[in-house]
Amino acid sequence: MKLTMRKKENLVGWAFLAPAVVLIVIMNFVPIIQAMIMSFQSGRTGNMTFTGLTNFTRIIRDSRCIDALKITLEYVVVTVPLILALAVIMAVLLNDPKLKLKGIYRTCIFVPAAVSMVASAVIFRSLFAADGFVNSVLMNLGILENGYNFLGHPSSARIILMMVRVWKMLGYQMIFYLAALQSIDSTIYEAAKIDGATGLQQFFQITLPMLKPTMVFTIVMSVNAAIQVYDESVNLTNGGPGNATMPIAHYIYGLAFNGVPNFGYACALSMVILIVVGAMAMIQMKVGDRRE
Amino acid sequence: MNKTKYWVGRGIKNVILTIFSLFCVFPLFWVLIAATNTSVDIVSGVLLPGKNMVENFRTLAEHYDVFGASWNTVKYSVVCTIASIIVCSIAGYGFEIYHDKVKDRLFGLLMLTMMIPFVATMLPLYQSYAKLGLLNTTLGFILPSVSTVFLIMLFRQNSRTFPKDIIEAARIDGESELGIFFKMYVPTMKATYAAGATITFMNAWNNYMWARLIMSDNRAQTLPMMISNMITGHYIDYGMLMMAVLISTLPTLVVFFALQKSFVQGMTGAVKG
Repeated sequence: MKLTMRKKENLVGWAFLAPAVVLIVIMNFVPIIQAMIMSFQSGRTGNMTFTGLTNFTRIIRDSRCIDALKITLEYVVVTVPLILALAVIMAVLLNDPKLKLKGIYRTCIFVPAAVSMVASAVIFRSLFAADGFVNSVLMNLGILENGYNFLGHPSSARIILMMVRVWKMLGYQMIFYLAALQSIDSTIYEAAKIDGATGLQQFFQITLPMLKPTMVFTIVMSVNAAIQVYDESVNLTNGGPGNATMPIAHYIYGLAFNGVPNFGYACALSMVILIVVGAMAMIQMKVGDRRE
Repeated sequence: MNKTKYWVGRGIKNVILTIFSLFCVFPLFWVLIAATNTSVDIVSGVLLPGKNMVENFRTLAEHYDVFGASWNTVKYSVVCTIASIIVCSIAGYGFEIYHDKVKDRLFGLLMLTMMIPFVATMLPLYQSYAKLGLLNTTLGFILPSVSTVFLIMLFRQNSRTFPKDIIEAARIDGESELGIFFKMYVPTMKATYAAGATITFMNAWNNYMWARLIMSDNRAQTLPMMISNMITGHYIDYGMLMMAVLISTLPTLVVFFALQKSFVQGMTGAVKG
């Protein structure tokens, strides 16, 4: 059989896609379906039985889990908008052709993006340790008499956990906005200036709407990343003091791999995260679509 | 009047940018200082480079397998980056150049994986990998992150700028489809490749959750895992610890700065969409 040009091209196209698509299906869709099935099962690995909604009703009674969900929610609600706002502000400030030292500022703010989350957490852990740098400076300046155990108190530990993410992600997101800003046609601003628009008006009427697609994209990515916060909490505080900085991913990991493993329950909890991430992404996509 | 306003605005701008620059750079500056000082000096708040760098490295090499962990991390990251770049760039090219309704729909479906949290797929993946004997192997480490929608999307969006007339002309000249991809597309998309490679390399280099899960053998451990093990004891030698942080951070810093320009260029194409 002789293939026509068009058909042959189409087949080649599919061949180009195949490896990537097969890998994504095996590494994402198959396990997520397995996780869904396991979330209705209990028992040891290899010997699991269906127990209906038992795992899900257990979530409501599990106060440690509720705490972990609350901590995660607080973490996402604070860090995502904060990083977004700061990244936009930094990008707008840097997108000024007359600004001297632009390259230096940009590089400085961007540098933490190259540091791993584990290393970032370890750096902040060392800086804020009871015998760490921050305490010794505060004591040398006479502000504190004795070192304050920043990571030993729930609220300060949570703030530092958030600070690590802001520190690491600010520059990374700023680059996305800087790239988006540079693609805005400068004649729009000139026209606005002639019409007498103030700087703030230009920001809210032109800059922000133009950045909206980038924002939707980065918010989806950063919500998904922040909701799974794990590397930082393990290496900054290991969830402590008590369970004050134990986010949900950390809790799930512990359920599955510490002590008596409980994969069924761990999977049920991960389904909760899946639903939350999915719902938020849907809302963001809807909001993002409205620009037309 | 207008002139003072201009200069005040300029001043505020610079003050804000300086504060944030310091906030971002200081912890890394401190890592450099700490890596060259003794733990006692670090704790007392020293801010000048010391003479203990070699000693810190010696302590680190004595207590931890820093060479083994570095080699593992390099191996996993490089293999992952190469595999990922090949698989995803050819797919991104395929999705754009040969696009039709079915392929566009399929891409939309794949986009859903961006919303699948890794904690949810991690447990079944771990079970399958244990059964298949993929624990403590390079293949096991890289497989979940070789094909990512993010990277496919990066190449798909940037392929839009690739002129289709060239493809038609090459076809008439009798060039094969694969030949067009490797001889014409790859060389013109250097910025996109740089951006994709940077992101993949950094993600692989810094991977912790998955690494910790499947690399249970000490001989297979990575630098982030090693650093994480260093903070469990009661007494922490900060000089040694920061030396390890420095070693794990330098390669990503170098990659980043070497490819910074192309990174931004490549990303711009992806975000504009």
